[in-house]
Amino acid sequence: MPQEQIEEYLEAIYDITGIQGKAKTTEIAERLKNAPASVTEVLQRMDRDGLVKYEPYQGASLTKRGENTVTRIKRKHRLLEVFLEKVLHLPREHVHDQACKMEHVINDETEQALCKTLGIPTECPHGSPIPPCNIDVKNCNECLSEYNPIKEKRKQKLTSITTLKPGQKGKVEFIRGGRNVVQRLCDLGLTNGTCVSLVREAPLKGPVEICVRGCNVVIGRGIADKIFIQAEGT
Amino acid sequence: MQKPDFTIALAGNANVGKSSIFNQLTGLGQIVGNWPGKTVEIAEGLLVHHWKNIKVIDLPGIYSLSTYSQEEIVSREYIALEHPDVVVNVVDATALERNLFFTLQLLEMGTPLVIALNLVDAAKKKGIFIGKERLQQLLDVPVVPTIATKGIGVHEIIDEAIKQAAKKLPIDKNVIRYGPEIEKRIEKLERVLAGVNIGYPLRWTAIKLLEEDSEIVNKVGAKHPDVVVAANILATEISKIHKEPCSNVIASERYAVSARIVKEIQISKEPAKASMSERLDSLSMHSIWGYALMFTIMLSILMFMSLFGGWLSETLRNLFESINPHITGLWPDLAWNGGIVGFYATLSVALGFILPFYLILGVLEDSGYLPKIAYLMDRPCHTIGLHGKACIPLLLGFGCSVPACVGCRIMETKRDRLITVFLSTLVPCSARTVVILGLVGAYVGVQWAIALYVVDFMLIFIIGKILNRLLPGVSVGIIMEMPPYRLPSGKVVVKQALNRFKPFLITALPLIIIGSIVVEAMRITNVLSLVSDALSPVTVVWLGLPAFTGFLFIFGVIRKEAALVLLTTTAGTLDIHAVMSPVQMIVFALVIMIYVPCVATIAALIREIGWKNAAIITFSEIGLAVLLGGITFRVLSLFM
Repeated sequence: MPQEQIEEYLEAIYDITGIQGKAKTTEIAERLKNAPASVTEVLQRMDRDGLVKYEPYQGASLTKRGENTVTRIKRKHRLLEVFLEKVLHLPREHVHDQACKMEHVINDETEQALCKTLGIPTECPHGSPIPPCNIDVKNCNECLSEYNPIKEKRKQKLTSITTLKPGQKGKVEFIRGGRNVVQRLCDLGLTNGTCVSLVREAPLKGPVEICVRGCNVVIGRGIADKIFIQAEGT
Repeated sequence: MQKPDFTIALAGNANVGKSSIFNQLTGLGQIVGNWPGKTVEIAEGLLVHHWKNIKVIDLPGIYSLSTYSQEEIVSREYIALEHPDVVVNVVDATALERNLFFTLQLLEMGTPLVIALNLVDAAKKKGIFIGKERLQQLLDVPVVPTIATKGIGVHEIIDEAIKQAAKKLPIDKNVIRYGPEIEKRIEKLERVLAGVNIGYPLRWTAIKLLEEDSEIVNKVGAKHPDVVVAANILATEISKIHKEPCSNVIASERYAVSARIVKEIQISKEPAKASMSERLDSLSMHSIWGYALMFTIMLSILMFMSLFGGWLSETLRNLFESINPHITGLWPDLAWNGGIVGFYATLSVALGFILPFYLILGVLEDSGYLPKIAYLMDRPCHTIGLHGKACIPLLLGFGCSVPACVGCRIMETKRDRLITVFLSTLVPCSARTVVILGLVGAYVGVQWAIALYVVDFMLIFIIGKILNRLLPGVSVGIIMEMPPYRLPSGKVVVKQALNRFKPFLITALPLIIIGSIVVEAMRITNVLSLVSDALSPVTVVWLGLPAFTGFLFIFGVIRKEAALVLLTTTAGTLDIHAVMSPVQMIVFALVIMIYVPCVATIAALIREIGWKNAAIITFSEIGLAVLLGGITFRVLSLFM
C-alpha cells in the first residue's frame, strides 16, 4: 500500500474526530470519495500495521503511532500552506489542495528549512496551529542561529501546555518563541525539565494559570500555546 | 532634607512586600524621585535610626537581572550603577525557590546584601518551615525573618544593614558553581577579560557576556570587540553541548542551585485542605462567577464614590453657604468668590472622590485582587490589541489620569504602552466624574449620566481598535505572577493613599485658587466675554452651547472639575436650569469628558511618551470631542 494513501487515511480520521474518538467507515469513505468496502479493507490493513485501531461497525481510531505520523503530516501540510500563500502569493482558497499533494513528498530537511525560512510560523493561513517539529532542540533560537541539518529526533510526544486539564502535570520540553519571551519564562522558573501543572484557564481561549516551583503564573494563550510539554502519564 | 549617612535599596520580586516594609520604615515624608533618562519614578524616604539618617529606596519588582520590562531595567540600573550601601533583598518565604533565583544573581554581582525573609506567617500557614540559620550559612549573608504588614522585624533589617554596610565585603563570592563545562569557559573568559575594567566584578562580567546580556556586551564591545567575539564562541560551544541557548543553560543551573538550597533548609508539609486563598481563587477567577464578581465590585465602587462624593460636596457646600458673608467691594469679592469657593471646590473633589478612590485602590492592590482583573480581562483586551495587564493603568484612570499614565510602564513594549496611555486618558477620572454626576446626574437624570459613561467606554473600545490597526506589531501577551490573596494592612493602605494623594493636593489647590481668582477678576472686568466671544463659532454655532462656556473649556484644561464650579461663578447664578437646557448640559459634559487631558496629565504624557505623541493625543482628543459634541447636540435636539 503506498505511503501516500496511508497518510491520506490517517488525515481523514484526524480531520473527522481529532486525536481521540472513532471515525465511521462511511464518513471516511465520503471524505476520500472511495467505496466503503475498499475503505474497510484499507483500515483492516492499517490496523495490522499498528497505525489505527479498527473495530467493525464502529470505525477506526488513531493509535499512538498513527497519531505521530498524522501530526508530522499536518505540520508539513500547514507549513506548505503558509509557504504557498506568503511566498508564492497563491490565493488562500487554492493553497489547501496544493499542500495536500505536496505534503507527501517533502522530506524532513525541507520541512525544517521551510520552518526557518518562513520565520517559525505558528498557524496555517486558516488559523489551525502548526504542531512542533520533532528535532531534538530546546527552543527555536538554536535552529535559527545556524544551519542545522537534521539532528537526533525527539523520542517523546509533546503537546502544548494548553492541552492539559486543570490539575494535570507535565514536564517542560520545548518552548517556541523569541529570545526575550523564552528568557522571561526561564527567569520565572520554566526551565527545561521543570514540572508544571495547569491550574485553570480563562474562557474563550483566554490566558492560562499554571503552577511552577510553588508559584502561580498567568500566561497569555498566544505564549502558552508555544510551551510544549510531556504530559504526565503519556 | 539632611544629607543621608547611607542608602538602603529594597529589591526583590513583585508582590513580596517591599512597599509594606518601605511604608513601615518611612513616614509620610516620602518623595517620588525621577530616575534620570528613563523617567521611571522610584519612591524615596528618609529614616532616622540610632541617630543616623538613612535613605530608603523602594525599587520596582524584579525577577531577574536579565530584565524584561522597563521597570525592571530601572531596578537593575539602580543596583548596578548607583551602588547603594546595602541592598535589602525582600524574599517571599512562601515561594523561596523562585525568590532565591534573584538573590543568587545579586550575590553573583557582589552586592552587599541583607535578606528580609518576609511573609513567614503566611509560610507557616502553608506548612512551610525555613531554617534561617542554615540559609544564613549557605549564602553567607544576614537573614532577618519579617512580617512586614505587622511591622515585625523591619527595624532589625536596618540594624543588620548598618552592620553590613560597615564591613567591606569581599567582592567575588562564589555562591554558584556551574557545571564543569561552563566553569571552564567562565575561567577562560576571565583570563581574556583581565585587562578590561568596566566597573563590575570579573566573574560576573564573564557570566553576563556568556548570557549575551545586551548591555554588558555593548559596554565591553565598545572598547574590546575581540572579547565579545571570544565570548560568543564560548557561548556557542555551551549551547551546542546543552542544545539550548547559553543564557537558558545558566538560568537552569541557577534554578538548580536555588532548588538545592531550598531542599536543604525548608521543610514543607502539604496542607490537608485547600487554603482560603485557593478557595477564593476558584470563585474570583471562575469563568462566570469571576466576571460577575468583578462587575459587582466595580459597580459598587462607582456607586459608593458617587454617593459618598455627592454627599460630601453637598455637606461642604451647605457649610460654606451657611457662613456666606455679605460681600461688597472688589477685593472681598475676589477673595470670597474666587479664592474661598475655589478652595471649597478642590476640597470636595479631593476628599469626596480622589482620597476614597485611592483608599479603595490600595485595598484592591494589597489584597491581590488587581492581578485577577488582569487575568479575567486578558481575553477582552486582546480585541483591542492589548493584554490583561493594561487593565491596571486603565483602572487607575478612574482616580486620576496622571498615575494612570505613569502606571502604563508595566506594559512591555513601546507600542502597548502607547495604546494604553492613550486609552487611559479617555477613562473618566474623578474630576470628570464630578462634572458628569454633578451636572448631568443631578440636573438632567442619572440615566443620562450612565449613558455618557457607556459612550465613553464605547469610545475607548473603538479608539483601541483603531490604534491597534494603526500601530504595527502585535502585543507580546501576558506573563504575570498571580499572587495569593492577602489581608491588607490598614496602616499601609492609609499611608499609600496619603502619599499618592499629597501631590494632587499640593499642585491642584494653588492652581485652582489662583484660577478661580483670575476668572472672578476677568468676570468683573468683562475680559471673560471677550474670550468667550472669540470661541463662539465653535461653542455657540457648532455645539449649541451658551457663549460663556467658551471660557470654561479653556479653564477646564487646568482642572476639569473646576469647569463645573466655575459654571456657577461665570453664569452668575446657582440655578443652572436658568442658563442651560438639558441637551446643553449633556453636550457640555460630553465635551468636558473627552476634549483634552488636563494640564497635569499633559505634563505626564510628555514625560512618558514624548511631546510629539502627547501633542497627537491632545489634539486628536480635542477634535474628537468637538465632533462628537456637535453630532450629539444635533441628534438630541431632535427629540428633547
